[in-house]
Amino acid sequence: MSLATMFKRNSLLDERSTWITSVVLIVGMLAVVVLHALPPDHAWHLNGSVVSLLGKYLTYMLLALAVDLIWGYLGILSLGHGAFFALGGYAMGLYLTAQQAPLAPWQAVMAHFPVAALAVILAPGLLALIFGWLAFRSRVTGVYFSIITQALTFALMLAFNRNEMAMGGSTGLTRFDELLGFALAGEGMTVALFVASGVAVLLAFWGCKAVTRSRLGRVCMATRDAEARVRFIGYRVEHVKLAVFVLSAMIAGIAGALYVPQVGIINPSTFAPLFSIEVVVWVALGGRATLYGALLGALVVNYLKTVLTGVMPDAWLFLLGGLFVVVTMFLPQGVAGLMAHLRRRREVTA
Amino acid sequence: MTPTHATNVRPEGMTGSQAGFGFRHCLTVVAVLLAWLAIVSPVQAEVTPQRAQALLQALDTDDFDAKAEAAQAIAASDAAQKTRWLEALLDGRLGRERRGERFYIITDDSGREWSIIDAITFEDAGTGSRRSVDAFRINNALRTQLQGLIASLSLDEGDEATRLEAAKRLIGEVDAQSVDAVAAKLDDEESPAVRAEIDTALALYRVEQGDASALATLRGNLDTRVRNSLSTIAASDAPIAAEAGETLAGIESKRAWYERGQTLFFGLSAGSVLVLAAIGLAITFGVMGVINMAHGELIMLGAYTTWMIQQLLPGQPGLALLLAIPGGFLVAAAFGILIERSVIRFLKGRPLETLLATFGISLILQQLVRTVFSPLNRRVNSPDWLQGAWQINEALSLTLNRLGVLLFCLVVFAALWALMRYTRLGLEVRAVTQNRAMARSMGVRAARVDMLTFGLGAGVAGLAGVALSQITNVGPNLGQSYIVDSFLVVVFGGVGNLWGTLVAGMSLGVINQVLQPWVGAVLAKVIVLVGVILFIQKRPQGLFAPKGRTS
Repeated sequence: MSLATMFKRNSLLDERSTWITSVVLIVGMLAVVVLHALPPDHAWHLNGSVVSLLGKYLTYMLLALAVDLIWGYLGILSLGHGAFFALGGYAMGLYLTAQQAPLAPWQAVMAHFPVAALAVILAPGLLALIFGWLAFRSRVTGVYFSIITQALTFALMLAFNRNEMAMGGSTGLTRFDELLGFALAGEGMTVALFVASGVAVLLAFWGCKAVTRSRLGRVCMATRDAEARVRFIGYRVEHVKLAVFVLSAMIAGIAGALYVPQVGIINPSTFAPLFSIEVVVWVALGGRATLYGALLGALVVNYLKTVLTGVMPDAWLFLLGGLFVVVTMFLPQGVAGLMAHLRRRREVTA
Repeated sequence: MTPTHATNVRPEGMTGSQAGFGFRHCLTVVAVLLAWLAIVSPVQAEVTPQRAQALLQALDTDDFDAKAEAAQAIAASDAAQKTRWLEALLDGRLGRERRGERFYIITDDSGREWSIIDAITFEDAGTGSRRSVDAFRINNALRTQLQGLIASLSLDEGDEATRLEAAKRLIGEVDAQSVDAVAAKLDDEESPAVRAEIDTALALYRVEQGDASALATLRGNLDTRVRNSLSTIAASDAPIAAEAGETLAGIESKRAWYERGQTLFFGLSAGSVLVLAAIGLAITFGVMGVINMAHGELIMLGAYTTWMIQQLLPGQPGLALLLAIPGGFLVAAAFGILIERSVIRFLKGRPLETLLATFGISLILQQLVRTVFSPLNRRVNSPDWLQGAWQINEALSLTLNRLGVLLFCLVVFAALWALMRYTRLGLEVRAVTQNRAMARSMGVRAARVDMLTFGLGAGVAGLAGVALSQITNVGPNLGQSYIVDSFLVVVFGGVGNLWGTLVAGMSLGVINQVLQPWVGAVLAKVIVLVGVILFIQKRPQGLFAPKGRTS
């Protein structure tokens, strides 16, 4: 059975969580834009740095979606999704630096936006394709796969730290001036990037929802629950895994590309194994295989991180570590699972 | 200013000539005589102060050739002080009184006022300065000659080690004037090691003079000076250039072998660190199917235990290190059992969740250490017997701390292997590894085995930390830097097999070291990582896959 026929037309919004999430996302985005447009002395005014911070959260939410897609629905725990995120980020960073002075002659081609946009998707996609093909073909699964993805991002971190890569070495790429001819520093650009990130999250959310509700999604979940049976029935499990893995990597790449102009820097620390595994805890906290749980988890954990690292930096790692333990032991389905559980109890008692 | 004459006489060093020096200080002379009898061999002749004066007088000339002759005369004389004179002359510390006939040796020329002693009697002569003492100047030719003279003089004196040092210094210093003297030394010398060095020195001189037959003696000699002068000869148009080139090529290839040996040693010692770090991980993963991401932090705890024991026992790094071996094991094992009892036990059969939970624990432990101790790195001192290097020859030297870690790793490995092979616990562990359900039905208490295995794995991690503290500084990030590598070793070697871990760790260490000079440290690591990823394609179960249906 080919992959194309696995998609089945289906109304996206017939699930309650989907349209609630969509409405919350749209209303939230509009609210931020409106609050930012208020005069600066107004009590409800949101200044540019807050909007930029929220924009960064949105790109993290996009990354969490990508991880949830393969972990929640395919049962593949990637501890190296930060690598795809960072590759997309580096593609965008090269585009931004190539505007002024490319670090190496070959990077001049990145000055064209269509080329850069293609690279944002293709670089992580190709890496995922090659890596996934090698891994899935020889049936590397479970913790083995997790460890190898971690080694992958670790290797890339070491490689990008080298100055010979012409990627800025350990400093990374920074000092960006303009994007598509507009200055990056302006308030207008901040809002534009925020909206772009929001729209990307919304589209990716719908896209992932479509995939998971299609027949491809059903095969994914079947693979997650009983891989051997799916194989026996006649599905090429490795093809299914590869397709979804590459899609997930591309989404992560787009998230990275949106992240870079908002924070103004991309460096090898984004490849650090710790970042990738942090992403996993966002998804775990929010709840796997729900998509909206991933969005929620990314937002909550990152908000906590911003607050705590400002107030008491020592406590942050305690909290993050504690989250890992508590979520895996007491909240295996995350906050989303907890809410569903409470709702069921209410229905039973009602 | 004139040098103030000493009121108290302090005998210094070799005081042989004092016996004939007046009766002003009778008591001192007796004491000195006794000392002299104890130090100087009775065959050592001596010269009168007048003769000594004459020998030094000859140095007082502006003509360097005359000075060279005077130095030669001193070396050939019977003066007991001659070595000290030549050494002082070499250092520019031998000088003459500007307004008088006395000679002085400057013992301390820091500052404006120098401490000086009489060059003939070695009596304290108070202080002098640039204005009162005129130090003899030497040039480069004279300096080379003096070094040769001193070296050949030292061949007569001292124990075997001093003579060996002197003989080594002779290499490349032999010249037309000293060759006969050195050759004469060869006949007197008894120690084979010293003879070999003198042989080399003489052969090198003859080769430099164009004697091709002497090349045979130099074959395979690793001394840098031999290599340098041979390459000069080989590059010149001397008649023996081609033969010298051949000998040089032989030396170079021998050197290359030793360098390979050096690389192998570095690789093995790096690999033994990997093995120590990975072996506990391999045990827990093999038995429980659990990836313990906090393993690196257990290593860190072992290293911190070493540091703490060393703080409690200041000045006794050796004892502290020996105590740290059981200490590190117990602390890490206690934490390991705590983790197993409180978290891992409840996540049975959910390996991915266990991975995440233990990762959380690793973050907590890291931050705990940062808060309790400090985020800064701590230095653990090495005991004397782990400092320095074991110099096997010019091309091969083994650092003692790395050698110690290598041996420690092998000992730990042997102990673990014996534990697995011969004890009840080992038997149960192997049973649970092969088939948990079957083992339980045969009466093995799998939960207890899990707990003990986890404690064992954690304890070995603690031992790895003790070993690491001797190689690198101890800090909160110590474990993190080894965790990825140790996972690779486990993946590469296959789980549940100690030999697999040993071979995988050692080979990854060696491969890394071999690649490093070509591509640099970072790229070597990347290549190894990619290599292992590709290797998994071929053998997903690692190097030593367990055979049978369960694999």
